[in-house]
Amino acid sequence: MAKLTLDELRQKRAEAQKGIYLREGEFRGKIIVHMGTCGIAAGARSIVAAFLEELEHSGMKDIQVTTSGCAGLCSKEPMATVEMRNSPPVKYGELTPEKARKIFKDHVVGGAAAAEYALGIGSERGA
Amino acid sequence: MPARRIELMLCTGTGCVAGGALRIKEALEAELARHGLPDEVSVVPTGCNGFCGQGPLLVVLPDQIFYGWLKTDDIPFLVQEHFLKGRPVQRLMFMPPEKKERIPLLGDIPFFKKQMLLVLRNKGVIDPEKIEDYIARDGYVALEKVLTTLTPFDVIEEITRSGLRGRGGAGFPTGVKWKVCRSEKKIPKYIIGNCDEGDPGAYMDRSLLESDPHSLVEGITIAAYAIGASQGFVYVRTEYPLAIQRLRGAIIQANEYGLLGERILGSNFSFNLEIREGSGAFVCGEETSLIHSIEGGSPEPRQRPPFPAQVGLWGCPTVINNVETLANVPQIISRGADWFAGIGTETSKGTKIFSLVGKINNTGLIEVPMGITLREIINDIGGGIPGGKQLKAVQTGGPSGGCIPNSHIDLPIDYESLKEVGSMMGSGGMIVMDEDTCMVDVSKFFVQFTNDESCGKCSACRDGSDALLEVLTRITEGEGREGDVEFLEELGAAVKDASMCGLGTTLPNPVLTTIRYFRDEYDAHIKEKRCPAKVCKSLTAYWIDPKLCQACLICMRECPGQSIYGEKNIIHVIDQGKCTKCGVCFDVCPPNFDAVKKLSGVPVPSVERGIKVERKKRGKPEQEQVHA
Repeated sequence: MAKLTLDELRQKRAEAQKGIYLREGEFRGKIIVHMGTCGIAAGARSIVAAFLEELEHSGMKDIQVTTSGCAGLCSKEPMATVEMRNSPPVKYGELTPEKARKIFKDHVVGGAAAAEYALGIGSERGA
Repeated sequence: MPARRIELMLCTGTGCVAGGALRIKEALEAELARHGLPDEVSVVPTGCNGFCGQGPLLVVLPDQIFYGWLKTDDIPFLVQEHFLKGRPVQRLMFMPPEKKERIPLLGDIPFFKKQMLLVLRNKGVIDPEKIEDYIARDGYVALEKVLTTLTPFDVIEEITRSGLRGRGGAGFPTGVKWKVCRSEKKIPKYIIGNCDEGDPGAYMDRSLLESDPHSLVEGITIAAYAIGASQGFVYVRTEYPLAIQRLRGAIIQANEYGLLGERILGSNFSFNLEIREGSGAFVCGEETSLIHSIEGGSPEPRQRPPFPAQVGLWGCPTVINNVETLANVPQIISRGADWFAGIGTETSKGTKIFSLVGKINNTGLIEVPMGITLREIINDIGGGIPGGKQLKAVQTGGPSGGCIPNSHIDLPIDYESLKEVGSMMGSGGMIVMDEDTCMVDVSKFFVQFTNDESCGKCSACRDGSDALLEVLTRITEGEGREGDVEFLEELGAAVKDASMCGLGTTLPNPVLTTIRYFRDEYDAHIKEKRCPAKVCKSLTAYWIDPKLCQACLICMRECPGQSIYGEKNIIHVIDQGKCTKCGVCFDVCPPNFDAVKKLSGVPVPSVERGIKVERKKRGKPEQEQVHA
């Protein structure tokens, strides 16, 4: 490898930061794909892959894609919940990778919930 | 790199590797592959996480969930439940000692909560073998700043103003050392990173190199720029193979990137860094010995002054800094001297890494701000003493340091406060001792160590440690005489005064501090022939209480010397003439009988052979008062 100049080092740093953003812990939003047995059977894995792909294309570093257990509404699987900071979480159901991509563009990037796929606003409360 | 949703920060420090971390890594990778997850979930091998008592361990990011004591058998379930289905696995989470509820999040575990990470800011967050990870976490930003905007004098001024002092033990102001070297006319100059860590129970420097080698590479490069050196060495002991491997990798990568070598980052500054491996003699940590060792001579210290900063390696001005000191440098440069000086106490700035070992629940490596109290370290971070036992003392500074009794538990730790109570900061070993520790035995242990490690050049250290050891051995063997303590004190002071290097001048510390704080234990050994902690073999006997013995045969079977007489239903008796005092009977006697007792300072009551056991009702037998 050729020796770096100052500018090249800074460029390298910006690139490398993309690689470790999961470790920095500051997230503006979170996409939770429900991955109970029901969700996986209905195709939740492809939903996760679609979200991750969109995330990569967008270059956003403050969005986290994660999974959680069955949301309880098994007939609407695959489901996902999108939680953006300072706004109520939105649950989406009967997802396909295409719907997931649209949700990412509308809700995560655009900031407006993709109403056509939304099951409801809000999340269950703990006891 | 494609977007992922989970990173598994798997500790691969020496401790966890010994505990099977590499097998865990294989198992994780195999399971992730089986579920088709490698694109979404990646395993990142990191350096020492610090919570060594819980290893092998991993931290799940970004969730911050901490899993410890992992076994390969746990992995299939863990991968399926957590990494596929998103349900964290309770039973692998951390259980605080003597509590009932597990703590899922790393940040909520008290061991981590009170720590302040400066030098170890990257531990567990980067892959130490990837320079990109270090660069991403603002690595080499300080070097950039130094090479583009600061003169060597600016750097020295900044380090001086920050109040950084040597982390190797003595606490000499780093900026002052650099300035002395800089102002020497002679060239070439050298910089040496001292990673010859020899204290029993200490592994701060090793972990630093294992978890973040580039912080040292960057720090030593800045130091070289400041003093005007173009050649540097890191002196590491051969018995740290993983640390050496990672540092070597870091040096190669830095050279490839042009962060070491000719004309660094296009500037006029060139610096070459090499590793020198030592064979692990304790005295090599002493700077003049270390220099002799690098030169190829035998590691013996020489008289100072002149100090190495004036006349060092091959007669040239040389700065030797501990690797922890050097790893502080990039942080100080990039965040500023004022920021650093705002942390710690009036005389001691910044943080210190300690290895917390001994009789403590949470064994591990910690970084804490100067000025933290021993109580916070032991009770909050360390989680207290196992088995509800009492803290007796803490040994700081290894064989050169001293014992701090539990009456000083609220002592804020810095260079001066430790010196005041007779100990020293040392490199950062912290050995916790509970009530079952004999302080005379401890001081004998440390003098045995320094006596072995004394290079033998000066008689004060060589013969002085011999004489100290002889008297201490005599006392622990029950041959102590009136006046021994006074002799130890006088000789200790003489060895301190007359020895040439740090090894000799500090070796009496464990003896002097234990006398200072635990004089009654010395007196008990000498006058009553009693070891209060019942540790010294010559002064302790094992005895089976005939009122408690249930003739269960366990101790008889386990006794390696066949020194226990008894049979079924016949009370067991230890043959005191044959007993080697190995303590096996004491360990194996069922706790609900609790019949084997340790006696010290009292005659062993004789018990007739052949007494039939009186069966008691089920349950705990009545506690009898036995001779203490």
